[in-house]
Amino acid sequence: TIRCASALTPQLKSTLDTVIASNKIVLFMKGTKDFPQCGFSNTVVQILKSLNVPFETLNILENDMLRQGLKEYSSWPTFPQLYIDGEFFGGCDITVEAYKNGELQELLEKTMLS
Amino acid sequence: MGVTKENLEASLKAKLNPSHLEVVDTSGGCGASFVVEIVSEQFEGKRLLERHRMVNAALEEEMKEIHALSIKKTVTPEQWKQQQEANQSNAAA
Repeated sequence: TIRCASALTPQLKSTLDTVIASNKIVLFMKGTKDFPQCGFSNTVVQILKSLNVPFETLNILENDMLRQGLKEYSSWPTFPQLYIDGEFFGGCDITVEAYKNGELQELLEKTMLS
Repeated sequence: MGVTKENLEASLKAKLNPSHLEVVDTSGGCGASFVVEIVSEQFEGKRLLERHRMVNAALEEEMKEIHALSIKKTVTPEQWKQQQEANQSNAAA
């Protein structure tokens, strides 16, 4: 039988492990924080900016292997993907919901203090 | 071809047995785009991330062709009832 090769190679997985472990807040998105190229990515960037927290962004449009591999890594089919304190937090809808009910602020405060 | 609102509804009904389901086609020219609201007992005891994962899993096939999916609501029947009542009392106030 023919099987599709996984985009998540061991090298990519260990690179992602390192990126996520060494940055408290990482957003994998379409575009960059200064030039978001999709409304959903832009929404999350604006939320993070309004909360005044430092965050890294990685542009998945520049690297198709990263884009495909991340879907497997996070078990999440769409972008943006937000990681907080080494853990997958969610996509745009979850981030908006958590922002509205205050859970996001609480988690970010805790994360920045840790 | 492509994915239709009916495709999404059928998959969500089959896998999550919703008591209320609303799928809105919001495609605006750049591809299939949908907003989903779903009420299901299967969300009981699950966090929001897990609930969204369940919706994503139910639509695994469709996701390959969907440009954008916004999961607006994933609530239990009990939460849904409370929200409906809250909305009504707000409207009356």
